[in-house]
Amino acid sequence: MTDSAADAPVLDAKGVSKRFGAVVALRDASLTLNRGQIVALMGANGAGKSTFVKILTGVLRPDSGQVLIKGRQSTVGSPAQARRTGLVPVYQEPSLIPDLDVADNLRLGNTPVEPFRHWTSELGVSSLRMDDRIGQLPLATLRILDLARALASQPDVLLLDEMTAALPTDLVDRVLRVVRAEADAGRSVIYISHRFTEIAALCDRATVLRDGATVGDVAIEPGIEERIVEMMLGGAISPAKPATHSAVIGDPSLPRLRVRGLSTGTRLRDVSLNLHRGEVLGVVALEGQGQDELFDVLAGNRRPTSGTVEVDGKPVSFSHPADAIAAGLTLVPGDRALALLMPRSVRENIALPLLARFAKWGAIPMRAEAARVEAAIERLQIDTRAIGEVRRLSGGNQQKVTIARWIAKGVHTLLLFDPTRGIDIRTKRQIYALVRDLADQGAAVLFYTSELAEVRLACDRAVVIFNGRVVEVIEAADADEPTLMRAAYGLIADGAAGA
Amino acid sequence: MNRFVALNGWTLGLAALLGLLLVATKLIQPDFGLSGLDSLARAALPFALATLGMAVVVIAGGIDLSVAAMMAVASVTAAVLMDGASDGQSVLVVTGVLLLGALMGALNGSLIVISRVPDIVVTLSMLFVWQGVALLILNAPGGAAAPWLRALIVGGVTLPGLPPALTEWLPKAVVFLFVCLAIIWLPIRRSKLGLMFYAIGSDPLAAFRFGVPVGATRIAAYAVCGLFAALGGLSVSMSTGIGEPIPGPYLMASVSAVVLGGVVLGGGRGGLLGPILAVFVLRLVRMDLTLMSVDPNVTTIVEGSIMVIVVMFGGVLAMKGRRS
Repeated sequence: MTDSAADAPVLDAKGVSKRFGAVVALRDASLTLNRGQIVALMGANGAGKSTFVKILTGVLRPDSGQVLIKGRQSTVGSPAQARRTGLVPVYQEPSLIPDLDVADNLRLGNTPVEPFRHWTSELGVSSLRMDDRIGQLPLATLRILDLARALASQPDVLLLDEMTAALPTDLVDRVLRVVRAEADAGRSVIYISHRFTEIAALCDRATVLRDGATVGDVAIEPGIEERIVEMMLGGAISPAKPATHSAVIGDPSLPRLRVRGLSTGTRLRDVSLNLHRGEVLGVVALEGQGQDELFDVLAGNRRPTSGTVEVDGKPVSFSHPADAIAAGLTLVPGDRALALLMPRSVRENIALPLLARFAKWGAIPMRAEAARVEAAIERLQIDTRAIGEVRRLSGGNQQKVTIARWIAKGVHTLLLFDPTRGIDIRTKRQIYALVRDLADQGAAVLFYTSELAEVRLACDRAVVIFNGRVVEVIEAADADEPTLMRAAYGLIADGAAGA
Repeated sequence: MNRFVALNGWTLGLAALLGLLLVATKLIQPDFGLSGLDSLARAALPFALATLGMAVVVIAGGIDLSVAAMMAVASVTAAVLMDGASDGQSVLVVTGVLLLGALMGALNGSLIVISRVPDIVVTLSMLFVWQGVALLILNAPGGAAAPWLRALIVGGVTLPGLPPALTEWLPKAVVFLFVCLAIIWLPIRRSKLGLMFYAIGSDPLAAFRFGVPVGATRIAAYAVCGLFAALGGLSVSMSTGIGEPIPGPYLMASVSAVVLGGVVLGGGRGGLLGPILAVFVLRLVRMDLTLMSVDPNVTTIVEGSIMVIVVMFGGVLAMKGRRS
């Protein structure tokens, strides 16, 4: 695939280091990329991946070390300069201007229109108008537009940061196909992802970072996953175990949450399911099949147009999230920014739901609060170096805080919406274990995941939603990815089933 | 067509509201005519120019509290230098004052970018600085304005070769305003600089990743604001014939008109036509209430209420439009 004998590496970063005050973010990072290669850049949270990416893309300058692009010393001082050297990044969050339309965004970035259009249709977004305002397009489309924009500028090196995290499965396939084809045509790709299946399918090599240094550079071959995980974690860890199934607690005929015929008049058409105490029920669906609406209704953010919700046998109807919380239903939203007070401390963020209980308008009993908060932090192994401001925590640690607050409060029914999106494997496993603990203590957990492999790792059962309806209920033991995938695409032989 | 209406709904709505108010004025005051329109336009001119400056900065995601104080500096500088100057010299003075305005704005912008102090704090401080500067230059209203400048904005438009009746109804002040708008804003709006204003107002991080020089763009937006403020200051001198070291109530009026004009505080959205229409709407409301001899204290209450109601109404309409 590569013709590395003839030419030098397209990108060669050596001994890159960067410190922020007393914190050393990178000690000795390196990365070599040959023409036509796809290299996975991997590392657990806090390994220095984002800092390394920022240095490669010119957002930050390294303290020492060198980055050679096409053999030339690159001291990129800005994203614009990095672009000119031929390295074009696609960031984890969409980087388009929300208040401008598509055409103006292209004009602003000097993106040629025709190639852009070619790539958008190649990537499966055909119904795009050039005068669509970016802010009104769905997230998945924006990711595709970002990628199309990058491809249209004919980069030598394409850097994809969690490109597929917010994409539905069909678009993921298209993206992977296009990226592979582009690599075969001679472009080089740095691919950052937490999804081993994609890395195995796509990448030639993996460069692994740990504690700010490159600790390994391995060829991708069958069975390499456990070795990469070992390198990332710096020691042997037990392979991920399938979920240990807990027995349903209490009367099986009286579920904690009983949903019948729920519909919002939009994408959610007719969803029925039972969620028992002690159970983790997975929800599997492609993007936009009604799962967002389902969680919104259960969390009191939105009112259904028809259908009933019963909690412990009593019909409920929520007109405000506070009603849902009072009924014991707590949502951990997919977007962490929605759930956290970013500039405030970890302590305050965790204690927030407690306040209603501890203090009835009066002073806050600090000692009682502190004890519970400490317990929650300990339990979740939250990295406390940046405890003063939640926004300075890594994504995985932020996600832990959103869950920790409900543990500190004590939880009956937890609604988790894609809680592990974009976070590293160790944190994922901590979250699975935590969810299992909660269930064992009698909580009922509804767990939407965009990663099919998680169903076996974290859930007891899973409902598959397609086109606003539950089309399949699968025991976790039978929930292998092909089965889930077929169901998620609505490919069921003998009609819809009810939960 | 529908898309045009959807995109410019706010501006069209304001234009309709302005039309209704003009009709109402005619009903309240049957002899409201050309001279009334002319004096309305002239009174509104400094407000409109201040609003244009403010709108540009707000679109770029900032705010400039020193806009009225910069107008005062421009007004007194022009009036002092033009006192006894020839026509030729006064052209130089005008050019110099416009340059001064842009420089004052650029200084505001640079302080914000370099010091990283929030714009609202920096421009609040600069408000006091520019006020002091204006009073140092001229400690009481005085000086002079060149007669040709005055002629630019007084009376109706007459074009050679056309019967005056055809064009006279159009106040020169309005034409002056739109000429300023066309000369300054159109080239910007059509160039990449305009896109960059919207980009940094909409999402500075995304703009940075686009390769937009965020700091320089911000400074440019403040410079454009300063330029409009200088024009506003000049227009004060043009209509009064002297320099005014104490700034008028242009600051709050410009913020109100910007908001009413459909520019979103926080940046990224809106145009400059809406704010201009909003200036006239607000001036007309005030005039009509005065004509109806409503207590001036009640007038301000009505003005405030109109703003909230219109912005709320517009929000509801926008939401409906999105649903359908």
